[in-house]
Amino acid sequence: MADADALLEPLIPALRRYAYALLRDHDAADDLVQDTLERALSRWRLRRPDGDLRAWLFTIQRNLFVNAWRQRQRQGPHASLDDVAPPGTAAQQEAALEVRDVLAALDQLPEEQKSLLLLIGVEDFSYDDAARILGLPMGTVMSRLSRGRQKLRSILETGRATLLRRVK
Amino acid sequence: MIGEDDLQAFIDERLDGPRRAAVEAHLAAHPEIRERVTAERRQRAMLRGQLEAKFAEPVPARLRIASIRASRRGQSAGWMRTAAAALAIFVAGAAGGWFANGLAPASAPVAPTTSIAQGATAAFRTFVVEVAHPVEVGATQEAHLLQWLGKRLGRPLAAPDLSRFGYRLMGGRLLPAGSAAAAQLMYDDASGRRLTVYVRAASGTETAFRFQQEGDTATFAWIDQGFGFAVTAMASRDELLPIAEAVYQRFVGKS
Repeated sequence: MADADALLEPLIPALRRYAYALLRDHDAADDLVQDTLERALSRWRLRRPDGDLRAWLFTIQRNLFVNAWRQRQRQGPHASLDDVAPPGTAAQQEAALEVRDVLAALDQLPEEQKSLLLLIGVEDFSYDDAARILGLPMGTVMSRLSRGRQKLRSILETGRATLLRRVK
Repeated sequence: MIGEDDLQAFIDERLDGPRRAAVEAHLAAHPEIRERVTAERRQRAMLRGQLEAKFAEPVPARLRIASIRASRRGQSAGWMRTAAAALAIFVAGAAGGWFANGLAPASAPVAPTTSIAQGATAAFRTFVVEVAHPVEVGATQEAHLLQWLGKRLGRPLAAPDLSRFGYRLMGGRLLPAGSAAAAQLMYDDASGRRLTVYVRAASGTETAFRFQQEGDTATFAWIDQGFGFAVTAMASRDELLPIAEAVYQRFVGKS
């Protein structure tokens, strides 16, 4: 078990970066990373020893994030996704026509596209690994990555997507 | 021939010399594509740049592995409430991948959803090949079937309508599941392909979809409000997922 410490610690900065990009709140992001590490420790013996530890951790973290979202949707009041303002982006929403903040623009993407842009574009996972982390076929990964990037570009170029979302 | 995958790999700087040269030649000949690809490359760099500071931050003490070992809080997911999460997330199934592989060893403690999936798969295997008596009570007596199974399960049971996926209800049966009972509803499609919906009482709070593939048999299992559910068929993960979601929607909050 002692080897877990040495193997896990170098991976924490990247987990924090992914968590922050998903949640856009520093404390919440660290809580998510904490849950991820707890789960990794409790399942340490179950991981594939020959598997990629980094990909395993990102899979856990992404699943925790998605599951919590699913649970929240089930328990919470039935507000449509579009009715709720993203955390930490209220200011950007007000100034929607001036979206220059690429992270704020990223918030407008569906979670899968967003995770793909982060896992591939920032965390440097291979397309194969990203497909496994998200449980998607390779072809779907490529088309969603492409669609995600195009959507991000159009948000950054026009800045209008945010406004459209609010008015809908 | 340059495809969209090549353009993405070019944006990610993952092409080898010759392929990269081919893409560059293609871009030189198509200014509108070049403009798009250049912008997307720049935005990828911006994204990396914006997140660099987060990566470089010192790791807070509470995230040191030693502290985590000392203070296991259990999975509270309180962070989701904190962040309020209005991020536009369209959930399309979870689990699978490393989880599924990691949980394979028989010595591992069995998660409740795994046990549901295993029960469902075993029942599927047993009865899906049955020609003479695939079901105990046929769909012609649907009301009676559901009332009977519901009574034995201890929860009202509905038969999800799966006709938009080409499946119609054949009927169902009662099965033993430990000390309790399980219900199996069986469906088939025009080609005779069968699918089962399996329900039984279950403990545990893990509510994520768990995907399990055993040979050519695929299962999505989940737990909701004291009951475990599984949808099983000889289908691919992608084919089965929308059906599992439809079944989930049908049962959610109906206990």
